[in-house]
Amino acid sequence: MTTSAAELSQTSTSRSMALPSARRLLLWTGLAVLIAWVLVPIYLVALGAFGGRLGVFRWPKSIWPTDLSFAAMSQFLAIEGVFNALVNSLIAAGLTVVFSIALGAPAGYALARYSFRGQNAYRLLVLLTRAFPLAILALPLTVSFIRLGLYDTPFGVSLIHTVLALPFAALVTQSLFMGIPREYEEAAWVFGCTRFQAFIKVILPLALPGLAATAIFAFVISWNEVFAASILTVRERTLTAYLLRILAESPLHYRFAGGFILIIPSVLFIFAVRRYLFAVWGIASK
Amino acid sequence: MPARTSWIPYALIAPSVVFLAALFLVPLVQTIWLSFSAGEGLSLENYQRMAGDLNFALAVKNTFLLTLVVVPLQVVLALGMATMVTKLDKGRDLVLWVLTIPLGISDLAAGLAWLALLQNTGYLNSALYALGLIQGPTGWLSQETPVALFFAIVLAELWRATAIVLVILIAGLQLIPKEFAEAAEIFGAKPWTRFTRITLPLLKPSLQSALILRTVLAFEVFAVVYALGGRNFPVLAGEAYVWQNDNQNYGVAAAYAVLIMAISLAATAVYLRVLRTRPEQLP
Repeated sequence: MTTSAAELSQTSTSRSMALPSARRLLLWTGLAVLIAWVLVPIYLVALGAFGGRLGVFRWPKSIWPTDLSFAAMSQFLAIEGVFNALVNSLIAAGLTVVFSIALGAPAGYALARYSFRGQNAYRLLVLLTRAFPLAILALPLTVSFIRLGLYDTPFGVSLIHTVLALPFAALVTQSLFMGIPREYEEAAWVFGCTRFQAFIKVILPLALPGLAATAIFAFVISWNEVFAASILTVRERTLTAYLLRILAESPLHYRFAGGFILIIPSVLFIFAVRRYLFAVWGIASK
Repeated sequence: MPARTSWIPYALIAPSVVFLAALFLVPLVQTIWLSFSAGEGLSLENYQRMAGDLNFALAVKNTFLLTLVVVPLQVVLALGMATMVTKLDKGRDLVLWVLTIPLGISDLAAGLAWLALLQNTGYLNSALYALGLIQGPTGWLSQETPVALFFAIVLAELWRATAIVLVILIAGLQLIPKEFAEAAEIFGAKPWTRFTRITLPLLKPSLQSALILRTVLAFEVFAVVYALGGRNFPVLAGEAYVWQNDNQNYGVAAAYAVLIMAISLAATAVYLRVLRTRPEQLP
């Protein structure tokens, strides 16, 4: 990955040297428009979130921040159910991370290191999940989840979110482990490590950054999911399910506050994994 | 070199196979079963109720229209973005980070962000008012303005989900050897010719996966629509949600789910066939 990035920047350097200044101006104008296109809605929902009731109905609006306060946001967080929903979202996302790594990474390791009968059938199963609208599978699960006592729990929600994140985790970890030379492990065996010890002491430290990126993606997948979370919860709603439920009756500034809280972790997470973004999606979308 | 077959790989994949069987394959079969069962025995009753519902035809039309407008626009927009970004030298990482932020944003939050822009006393109306185009707060997202509501949803979808297409395409562009374009340049090919004759054909596998991913997601579009228009703009997944949660009729909800799955599978099959790459065409 690092070498290809270096090559890429090298070629783009040589190419942009040849770019005449008029075209470069055009390029940067276009990019500025695109950057504004992405950032402006986020900025405006932030204004809405911190502007309170008065801010929402002010007419005509100014795009500059006027009398923003944290009061509007803390009011929103103090509404009954909001904080609970936030906690539920965090629990569900945390469990999704644990499950999708715990189930996906071993499978990725097996695909990377062994050739075995049934390998292609397994790949097909993983790829098959992509042709289905997975969240919709929460519909029939309602009945069985009620019977098993999983209905209306963040744990139950995390199970269906793991179905979304697991195929992704398996494919990404496969290429992650393929990138770590087999010889490292074999050397550890020679020095008397068991397979398990070799994995823990040699492979795991090398794979850790990639695993962290995979974990963050699993977190974001769960944090953002609306449909299944809304179907599978009533009182113990996640934040997305809670916001969807109150959409019709809650005042606008509360909706904006909720939207803003939903956006914040995503922005930070995408920043954290930006180096892995292309490696991860290049693989997961093959 | 792969190791000899032993029990180890099976032990490693077993937990995920069990998990996917229990929570992917079983609910899949359950959904189909549920959709055909009403009262006792199998029947098409749920499908008849679904098709007879007032919102059904509208939901089908809206979902297809939305997909047919949004997905091609996203691919074009993402191709444009990717071409611009690869021309950059300085600030490439920063620009890419900003352009990929929507990747992590939920459809619900995206809908709410655009609601802040487009609501009656929102920023769009303020701008139009300042330009003297409207007299006062104007509604764009109600039942009386279906066209405006449709465009609002298209905008929010473009804003939110173009990033994923961009990332897949850039990952694909990195795999194309730059020698190809250089060779074509030497033979006098113009930038547009290089793009259509070299970049686009070699990008076909990435385009295919981006299209499959986006189309499947576009057919289950739901939260963006609800955040912007409530039930003013019926879509298939929204109807499934209403039948399940509000009407408590799991059978009809399952019928909607089967319909969405059938459409998604058909779309995937079409993409796999139309955009297939023969091995000899790979770089």
